[in-house]
Amino acid sequence: MVVVWLFPFFWAVYSSLRPISDTIQHGYLSWPSGGLSLENYQTVWNQAELPYYYLNTLVIAVPAVVLTLLLASMVAFACTQFSWRFNLATLMIFTAGNLLPPQVIIVPLFRIYLNTPIPMLGSLDIGKFSFPFFSDNTLLYDQYIGIMLIHIVFQAGFATFVLSNYMKTISKEITESAIMDGAHVLRIWWNIVLPLCRPALAAMATLLFTFVYNDFFWALILISTGSKRPITSALNNLQGEFFVNNNLIAAGAMLVAIPPILVYIFLQKQFIAGLTLGSTKG
Amino acid sequence: MTSSTPAREDSPRAGDLAGSRQGRYHVLTRYDRRILILMVGVPLLLDVALIWWPTLSSVLLSFTNWDGVGPVTAQNFIGLKNYQFMFTGYTLFWPAFLHNVIWLAWLAFIATPLGMFFAVLLDRDLRGSRLYQSVFFLPVVLSLVIVGFIWELQFSPTEGFINNAFGLVKSGNIIDWLGNPRINLFAILVAASWRHVGYIMVIYLAGLKSVDPTLREAAKVDGANEIQTFFRVIFPVMAPINVVIAVITAIEALRAFDIAFIINQGKNGLELLSILITNNSISEASLVGFGSAIAVVLLLISLGPIIVFLSRVMRTQS
Repeated sequence: MVVVWLFPFFWAVYSSLRPISDTIQHGYLSWPSGGLSLENYQTVWNQAELPYYYLNTLVIAVPAVVLTLLLASMVAFACTQFSWRFNLATLMIFTAGNLLPPQVIIVPLFRIYLNTPIPMLGSLDIGKFSFPFFSDNTLLYDQYIGIMLIHIVFQAGFATFVLSNYMKTISKEITESAIMDGAHVLRIWWNIVLPLCRPALAAMATLLFTFVYNDFFWALILISTGSKRPITSALNNLQGEFFVNNNLIAAGAMLVAIPPILVYIFLQKQFIAGLTLGSTKG
Repeated sequence: MTSSTPAREDSPRAGDLAGSRQGRYHVLTRYDRRILILMVGVPLLLDVALIWWPTLSSVLLSFTNWDGVGPVTAQNFIGLKNYQFMFTGYTLFWPAFLHNVIWLAWLAFIATPLGMFFAVLLDRDLRGSRLYQSVFFLPVVLSLVIVGFIWELQFSPTEGFINNAFGLVKSGNIIDWLGNPRINLFAILVAASWRHVGYIMVIYLAGLKSVDPTLREAAKVDGANEIQTFFRVIFPVMAPINVVIAVITAIEALRAFDIAFIINQGKNGLELLSILITNNSISEASLVGFGSAIAVVLLLISLGPIIVFLSRVMRTQS
């Protein structure tokens, strides 16, 4: 079973390492006669300008993850450390929102994105890629900030659920005694509760980064300019244009898979902790 | 937890702050209360504006023939005509609906049980179970886009692994796994399961690890074999996780979009409700009202698992 499970992945790696001339001559199901090389990777990396697409993803993912965690931890903090009438209802609204299929909201969301004015405040140009501050077409549509925003709002639902489950295990007496000592709520949130949540925050950061990195749907619908696409959704467009044979497709897929695989190798514990925190507690 | 905690000096009217049964609010200043309201209010406002308002709008728009141009006016409201056309005139609706049902059944009866089975096996601390766990977990970190690409390399007609390995290319009996509308849904279900099984396994394994080991020992003492122990003892105490697994499985089946879109944009045997929504109202045509009606169907089905999940959360909180 283990061999069966790994096989598709290794087949992709193997295909990506074989020169196209070799597979044309001997077919895909053959031992390498012309040797293996990283030639396909070089081709994809340079011709499809992959580095820029990684940058697109980074520009979106880093602020999105940080802001998601900030907002979600605020809600979780206010709803678990203090008792007020609607805290359970609030948590429900966030949790249920994250469970909706994105396609349920996409039609009106698309219209909202086309009709929300956003200021244009210049941009940072790198080659043919341009990174506008806020917007370069006065809209949320087709903007980094728009993609960031929907990730933040959608993932905040999940993060709020997980973090509030985690914060429930923190004794309320800590918050209570801090208040009696005269600490303000912002200080308690930032200096006391967030440090206690470090393991959960690390797990969520890993998980959310992977979620945002792996997103296809939001970027597909809400970004129209090819050069603004984050890498995962760009891959599909690049397929027809640059990846003209299976070897190149394999190399492209493997290059795009590298960051998740790094997460897999180095942060597997955090990733699994993030997944299971959301399901086993609470 | 007492209501006699003294008010802070900088809190002029701390005594009459909003009533909380535990009285915890009595020590909060007005400033603190405002901050707390902002801490919840800002994220809540965003969530309502970008998730719940669009959800409600989908429902409203589904009764209109709005094409996305100009404002929605009273003349746009056409009652249930979108639904009527969807159920009786639109030839893609029922196939897509059926494909979602097949997707759900496949995950529920094949992929999810397989993931649970792996979790039970790995929970027994076999030699190398960590390694096995890592192997099954690998596809979980990958996006469905990459999963789709990797499986295209297996399924592709003349260059794919499967047709070559079974000698179908040489003998000329090529099976077009992804192109033939009778089988392509099952081909992409295999790809989707590759990822889903590992996902379920990880979650179920975490649940199994948290089961009190004395239960298992007691069952052993009573003479139960491993299969009996699992079905009579472990499975019932895992009820909360079982619900989560069921909800995840249902939601995943309703959200299915990426792989089908990558293979052929969800056409020719791969139609899904999620894809019909976007195809009708965003990419090809701008039948906003009609697309919204399909979205409402998807919404109503999704409410099932969502309510199950929320009621479980409610129960554990109270």
